[in-house]
Amino acid sequence: MTREHWGRVVRDRRGALGSGVLLVAVLTALAAPLVSGGDPAAQRDVVAARFLSPLTTDGHGVFHPLGTDRFGRDVWTRLAYGARISLGVGGLAVLLSILVGVAVGAAAAYWRGPVGAVLLALTDFALALPRVVLLLLLGALWRPSALLVIVVLGLTGWMSVARLVHGEVRSLAARPFVEAALALGVPPNRVLRRHILPNALTPVIVSAALGIGNAIMLEAGLSFLGLGVQPPTPSWGNMIASGRDTLVNAPWVATAPGIALVVVVVACTLLGDALQDAIDPTKRMP
Amino acid sequence: MLAALARRAVTGLALVAGVVTLTFFLLQLAPGDPVERLLGPAATPEQVLAQRRAFGLDRPLTAQYVAWLGRFARGDWGRSITTGRPVLGLLAEAVPATVELVGLSLVVSYLVGILVGAIQATARPRLDTALSVTTVTLFALPGYWLGLMLVMVFTYWARWLPAFGAAGLDADLLTGWGRLVDRLRHLALPLTTLSLIGIGGAARFVRGAMRDVRAQPFVTAAQAKGLAPPRVLRRHVLRNSLIPIVTLLGLSLPALFSGAVFVEAVFTWPGVGRKLVEAVRARDYPVVMAATTISATLVVAGNLLADLAVAWLDPRIRHGEGDR
Repeated sequence: MTREHWGRVVRDRRGALGSGVLLVAVLTALAAPLVSGGDPAAQRDVVAARFLSPLTTDGHGVFHPLGTDRFGRDVWTRLAYGARISLGVGGLAVLLSILVGVAVGAAAAYWRGPVGAVLLALTDFALALPRVVLLLLLGALWRPSALLVIVVLGLTGWMSVARLVHGEVRSLAARPFVEAALALGVPPNRVLRRHILPNALTPVIVSAALGIGNAIMLEAGLSFLGLGVQPPTPSWGNMIASGRDTLVNAPWVATAPGIALVVVVVACTLLGDALQDAIDPTKRMP
Repeated sequence: MLAALARRAVTGLALVAGVVTLTFFLLQLAPGDPVERLLGPAATPEQVLAQRRAFGLDRPLTAQYVAWLGRFARGDWGRSITTGRPVLGLLAEAVPATVELVGLSLVVSYLVGILVGAIQATARPRLDTALSVTTVTLFALPGYWLGLMLVMVFTYWARWLPAFGAAGLDADLLTGWGRLVDRLRHLALPLTTLSLIGIGGAARFVRGAMRDVRAQPFVTAAQAKGLAPPRVLRRHVLRNSLIPIVTLLGLSLPALFSGAVFVEAVFTWPGVGRKLVEAVRARDYPVVMAATTISATLVVAGNLLADLAVAWLDPRIRHGEGDR
């Protein structure tokens, strides 16, 4: 990715909107203690403060922009702290899948013999596994936690990256500048590290943008099924799950985290599309 | 062509075998024991041990695996540890429900998705942008949340549609039309949930595929020789776009099945996904194994069917030109 690429992304309306929304979400997550009521698990006066509708003030004079849930906890505070889990887990899971994917893809392209064939076969096998079935099994294996979700999502999401990197490394290896480097006597693994991999990573960034949206959605799904982050720690998924029981008298509890989730996932998709076009203008979708 | 298909079928079988094996050993790694759950906290260690022996859970893992594989291949899928019912009967009830839900939503998603995508590929920029925003948003909706929102609106507020299960309490008393209407009313919300998301994905892909094809020289040639634009679109652009679309249709089966797991959980739809979630939680080994095998087989079969359909659509592949 060059500076020119990023310039194109920011000038693209989708890129600007997507990165803007993500920036706001990340800042909210980081500044959660400053922009919200503090402790996301705080229950002051459960019976008096529960099920307050959005934009109301409770008996203690505390303002609740998004209302409160059945324990009288402030939904906005939980949403802001939940963003830490959702974005953090999504981001780290994608980072893990990129690390594994790049390692496997580059190794398969570097050692073309039996090692490469085995790695590629392994990739195809893992790609064809039904991901949610695997997530359910792995999620049930150990006590559910944020770390487990990161590992599980990362280990089930690296295959497309590996394929991408493998293809990219193979095609770069035949390019004149690589031949030139080899002819100059640069050792092969240095050529791979310094000349090939940086160039091969460009399409990985696109898949990362799309992957984060997907990972955030799956994390929320696992938490929704009770296999992810456990309450009282808020995550958007377990917030939706807890709002499910109060859909009639407090619909905002489930609605707010869902809208946040959709907005962030849309932002990831838009940013991914814009990155794709910036990198490869010939495939641009006008 | 035939050789390629045979190779794909063999790979598919190997894949199913791999999934089954992986599942078996992963399950055994998991903490928690179906017998302890079955007998409850008051059971003595001796009772637990005896019951484990009765289920054959005390034998070495590989021996258990080989025994299970043998019985499974012979059609003896065992009994559910939690309910004591035969697994075969349990899943024979669940599979049609999932196939009904996933199959119908596949049809709806792709019919509407191809229509929307085709409109977008030819529409003016403003309409195209509006539809793009809609499809991106639809595709970003998590099924479990969209399901809840639909339940909130159509069940709790409007009081039009039932939210849970596949049939009403009085379904057994209904006959003919009444029964069908009851079934359709229960199907409405889960089907809408899965289809709305599916439409988003399909339309996005169709739009891209049609734009790619439209940039090809043969389309310019068709236009240059004076064919009417609608005919170029139908005969040349849409037809050639169908090839990647059908491939995607096969590839989207796993995603659709995954989506169905969540949607079935929300609507307590009595399908394979819900059975699987319940069984994983209860460590009901025989049910998990059978449900995993079935879902892996469905996914592999879907990909094979898509390959066949692509070959049927594309003479270049049918006659073995170009190695895919």
